Amino acid sequence: MSDENQLAALGEIVQEATGIPAARVVPGASFVDDLDIDSLSMVEIATMAEDRFHVSIPDSELAKLKTVGDVLEFLAAAGVPA
Amino acid sequence: MIVATSASRFSRIVGLGEYRPARVVTNDDLAQTLDTNDDWIRQRTGIASRRIGGDEDSVVAMASAATTKALADAGVDPSRVGQVILATCSMTKHVPGGSAQVAHAIGARAAGAYDLNAACAGFCYGLAAASDAVRHGQSEYVVVAASERLSDWVDWSDRASAILFADGAAAAIVGPADSPGIGPLVCGSDGANAQLIGLDDDRRLHLDGPAVYRWATTEMGAAARAVCEAAGVEPHELAAVVPHQANLRIVSSIAKQLGASQAVVADDVVETGNTSAASVPLALARLRREGKVATGDLALTLAFGAGLTWAGSVVTVP
Repeated sequence: MSDENQLAALGEIVQEATGIPAARVVPGASFVDDLDIDSLSMVEIATMAEDRFHVSIPDSELAKLKTVGDVLEFLAAAGVPA
Repeated sequence: MIVATSASRFSRIVGLGEYRPARVVTNDDLAQTLDTNDDWIRQRTGIASRRIGGDEDSVVAMASAATTKALADAGVDPSRVGQVILATCSMTKHVPGGSAQVAHAIGARAAGAYDLNAACAGFCYGLAAASDAVRHGQSEYVVVAASERLSDWVDWSDRASAILFADGAAAAIVGPADSPGIGPLVCGSDGANAQLIGLDDDRRLHLDGPAVYRWATTEMGAAARAVCEAAGVEPHELAAVVPHQANLRIVSSIAKQLGASQAVVADDVVETGNTSAASVPLALARLRREGKVATGDLALTLAFGAGLTWAGSVVTVP
């Protein structure tokens, strides 16, 4: 999976969880400030991402994921193949 | 040698009663003192308003009022009540408990009485205990009252909890039946996550919202299915799904995972907020009062919260 594919997959997850168009899910976008996603929707996104990428995102890590780019970096650090 | 008691009878809920404090507190009311607004609260919780008790609305007074209504609904004289179970976690004085005072207030002065604290799950545990007491011949009728005055424990400057918690009471009368009316209890706990909901060092309610949301939306769907399986009921046979009214998004998630396509999903949280142990019986009583379920319908109850602890069963609507 390339970075672009991971970004596209994350976009699909955000769109399914919140209805926000996947095209708005870009690396520099802040979940709260740019996409207006609340904390409970972030939990839904995290659980869907866990299933999609076969990775664990503990609550302590979730709190640090402020932007779309943060998630991509987390996936890379967690060893999810790009 | 201990003499065996009759265990041949079945049990069911024979009456329900609710008590909702008169004072309605809207989201706009809260926005006058908290950094929040109606849209923000509705989007995250589904709650539009909640009831907050007056000085007269103690845990015992609300439980007694709800129980008196439930006895009238059942057509059962208080003298025939053998036990009173009070499910609550919000008594400001823990000793003595409130159950004996409820028994006295309703006129069941010879009844046994005990308090049960399983936080939000208390009513479902109490229902199972009442069912067993009836089936084993200990008592003809058992009261399961659930009453909470959470407003005494809320930090009204904390928007995360002040928007959620509320006051109210409901009661069920459990009595003998010709066929099973209360399915097997399915229950569990997770003490490793005890810190997620409870009183903080200032003795005020705190809740780790995102963590609790994740737990409830990932674990309670399976719990709901287990409750159905234990009762031998397929989800499509349910007329109602009545999860703990913590948050409408959690309620909707559980209902979606259960897949009870024919069922009405309780949404009492919208006008009631989270009343902990009282939430499931309040929601069930409301569905019945509004004609959304009928006598004999199957309803799934499932309650969960601080502990963490959870419990549920399938019941027939009285």
